Amino acid sequence: MRRLEVEGLSIRLPRGADREFAIQDVSLHLDSGEILCVVGESGSGKSVTASAVMGLLAPGLSVAGGAMRLSGEDLRAKSPEEWRRLRGRRIAMVFQEPMTALNPLMSVGAQLSEMWRVHLGLDRREAEARALAGLREVKLPDPEGALRAFPHELSGGQRQRVMIAMALALEPEVLICDEPTTALDVTTQAQVLALIKDLQRRHGTAVMFITHDFGVVAEIADRVAVMQHGRVVEQGAARDILTRPEHPYTRALLAAVPGASAPAPRPLSPDAVLEVRGLSKTYATRGLFRRRRPVRALDGVSVTLRRGATLAVVGESGSGKSTLARCVVGLLGADGGEIVIGGAPLPRRRREAARLVQMVFQDPYASLNPRRRAGAQVAQGPIAAGTPPGKAMEEARRLFGLVGLDPEAVSRFPHEFSGGQRQRIGIARALAMQPQVLVADEPVSALDVSVQAQVLALLRDLQARLGLSILFITHDLRVAAQLCDEVAVMRDGAVVETGRIGEVFAAPKHPYTRSLIEAIPGRALLGA
Amino acid sequence: MRALRAYLRSPPALFGSAILFAVLFMAVTAQWFYPNDPLGLAGRPLQWPGANPRFPLGTDPSGRDIAAQLFHGARVSLLIGVVATAIAVLIGIAMGAVAGFYGGGVDTGLMRVTEAFQTLPNFLLLLVLVAVFGSSIETVTIAIGLVSWPPVARLTRAEFLTLRTREFVQACRVQGLPDAHLILREVLPNALPPVIVYASVVMAVAILLESALAFLQLSDPNVPSWGNLIGLGRNVLRTEWYVSAIPGVAILLTILGVSLVGQGLNDALNPRLASGR
Repeated sequence: MRRLEVEGLSIRLPRGADREFAIQDVSLHLDSGEILCVVGESGSGKSVTASAVMGLLAPGLSVAGGAMRLSGEDLRAKSPEEWRRLRGRRIAMVFQEPMTALNPLMSVGAQLSEMWRVHLGLDRREAEARALAGLREVKLPDPEGALRAFPHELSGGQRQRVMIAMALALEPEVLICDEPTTALDVTTQAQVLALIKDLQRRHGTAVMFITHDFGVVAEIADRVAVMQHGRVVEQGAARDILTRPEHPYTRALLAAVPGASAPAPRPLSPDAVLEVRGLSKTYATRGLFRRRRPVRALDGVSVTLRRGATLAVVGESGSGKSTLARCVVGLLGADGGEIVIGGAPLPRRRREAARLVQMVFQDPYASLNPRRRAGAQVAQGPIAAGTPPGKAMEEARRLFGLVGLDPEAVSRFPHEFSGGQRQRIGIARALAMQPQVLVADEPVSALDVSVQAQVLALLRDLQARLGLSILFITHDLRVAAQLCDEVAVMRDGAVVETGRIGEVFAAPKHPYTRSLIEAIPGRALLGA
Repeated sequence: MRALRAYLRSPPALFGSAILFAVLFMAVTAQWFYPNDPLGLAGRPLQWPGANPRFPLGTDPSGRDIAAQLFHGARVSLLIGVVATAIAVLIGIAMGAVAGFYGGGVDTGLMRVTEAFQTLPNFLLLLVLVAVFGSSIETVTIAIGLVSWPPVARLTRAEFLTLRTREFVQACRVQGLPDAHLILREVLPNALPPVIVYASVVMAVAILLESALAFLQLSDPNVPSWGNLIGLGRNVLRTEWYVSAIPGVAILLTILGVSLVGQGLNDALNPRLASGR
C-alpha cells in the first residue's frame, strides 16, 4: 500500500541564498513495509525533504509547488493544528543527535509515556506500562531502570533506542529517520540498524531513512533515492543502484566509499620516529559535593610509529584515542610513561615541541580562527619560531599550492573556504613547521565522502612526496584501511591489538577487533 | 570594509551615529558659538526658552545661558564618557582575559577581587572615592572608570573560558605560539564583540553616574557639565522645569545614540553575519 507520496515537490530558499530552490521537482514514494534510503551529501536537500513531509520546514523556506500525500490524504492542505495531531501519531521522526532531541530534565519514562497521554489520553499507569513495553521492544538492557533514568545517564546508543521507542509508540504509518546512526560508534550503529530493520518488519512501518553513508544504505535499504543539489538524480531498488549505478554522481559517490580492504603492504623503515611507552592519563572529574570515579583515559599505552609510515589508532568513542593524540602533541600532560620523538623525549616547552610534532584537527570549522586571514594562520608558527615574516608568507603560498589551494587564497578569511578546503589549510598549517611527526585527529570524519576521498588522497600524496610520518586517529576502519600501514586498536584506554593493517583486517586476533570489523556497514554488498 | 558596509546599511546604527555626531558637533563648536565662559553671568535668571531671543533655551537660576552650558557640557559629558569607559574596559579586559585564559588559581584570585568590587553598589563606591580624593573632573572620571570595570571583566572572562578550548586556539598552541599571542591575537578578537557592545552600556552609565554626582552637587562645580545643570534646576523643578529637562533630554539622546552605535557595531563586527546579509 502506498503510504507516502511526494510529487514534483519544490521548496524555495529565502532570497539571497546560494540557489533559488532547496529542492526542486522531487518525486518519491514509500510503500508500507519498505525502507527507502535518501542518500546525498551535505546541501543535497535530503533533510529539507524530510522536514517538508513532517510539516516542520525551517522559517524562510516555503513550498513552491508539488504535492505530498499521506495514505492518499493531501498534506499540503493541512492546518498547523491538523499537522500537530498528525505528527507522532501517523508520521514520526528519529533525529540524528539523541541527546539534544530528549529533554534533559525529564526522566525517560515520563517523556515516553507522554506520547500516549497526550495523543490517546491514557492515564498515567497505563501509559507507563506501555512505555515499559516499548523499551522492552527496543531491547534496552534493564528497561525498568531506564524508565526512571534521565537522558544523560544513558549511552548514545541507548538514547537512540529510546528515541525509536518514542517514534514507534503510536504505531505510525511512516517513520522518518534523519541520520539516526551518524553520531554513534560502529558497533552501536550496527545494532541500531538491525533494530530498526527488525521493528520495521514486525510493524510493517514505511521507513524513510536519510543518510550520507552508502555502507548504511547497503545494510538497510530496500530502495534508494540519490539526491544532488536538491534534485533526485537516480532512484530504484537498492541492489540495482549499489551494483549498477547509472547516474555519474551515484557512481562517483560509490567510488568514493572507502573499501575495507587494505592496499598491498609496502616495505617499512626499521627505525621508529615516535615511540610511546606505557603512557597513562587519568581524568579526575570532581563533582560539586562528591568526588566522582576517576576515568582512566590511557592505561599503559605503548605504540610505535615508523619513519615515513602511517599508524592508525582505531577505537570507538571513549577508547582514549583522542587523549593519546593530545598527549603526543603536548596539549595534555600525561601522568606516567614517556613519549620519545626522534630519539629524545618530547620537550615540555611548546616552541621546541612544535618543531617535532604537529596536528591536524577534526573540525574544519572550529580549527581556524574566523577573524584572521588563512595565510597568516599558516605563517604564524614559523614566524614565532624565528622565520622572517616575508619568507614565512612566501612559504605559506608555496604550501597552499602544495595542498591544492590557490596560492593567492592566503589573503582570504576562513569562511570563504569550503569544509574540505579548510581541512587543506589545516594540513598546510601543520606542514609549515616541518614536523617529524604529523598527528591527524579524525581529519576526515566531518567531511562528505567525496571530499573525504580527496583529503585522504592528498595525505597519501604528501606522504609519498615528503616522507611524512603520520599518527592517524580514526573511528572509521574503512578510512584507516585506505591510508595506513599499521594499526593499533584501542579499547577503554588500552591497546588490544597491533600489527600490519592488512593482516589485522584479514585475521583479527582480538575478539574486539573482530566485532569492529564485522560492524562495518555494508560489508557484504560493497565488498570487504 | 565589509564590516563598515554592513554597519552603514543598518538604519538604527546610522541614527545612533547621527546623534553622536550632533553631540560631537556641539562639543567641537562650543567655543565658536559661545566664546564666553558658559558659567559667567549672562542675563536675568530663569528666563523661559524663547522668551528672550538672546537665550534660545532660556537661563538658569543664576542667570547663565542654558544653550551655552549645553554646548560646553557636551564636551565634558563626552570626555567623561569616553575616558571613564576606556579605563573600565582596559582594566576589565586585562582582568577577565588573564582570569579566563589561565583559569585555576589565577582565575579564583582575580574573580574574588572582582566580586569584592561588585558587592559594593557602584554609586556608593563612587561617592566614597570622590569624598576621599576630591571632586575635580579628573578624579571623578577616574573614579567612574574604577567602579565600572567588574562587569566587563566577568564578560571577558566568560568569553575567554569558552574560546580558550576551541580547536583553533589549540592549533596555535601546537604551533608553539606564546601565550601573549594566543591571548591578544587569537582569543581577544573573538571575545571582543560582546565587550564592545557592553562598552556602550558602560559609556552610557558613566555619563549617567557623572550626572547623578552633579545632581547631588558632588561633581566638579567648575565645569559646565549637563549633570551640573540638572543639579542647578533641582530647586526650581516644579516651576521652571525646563532647566533640568533640557540637559535631561540631551543625556537621554546621547545615551540612546551610544547604545544604537554599540548594537550596530555588534552586528557589523561578526564577519559571518555580515557576509550572510
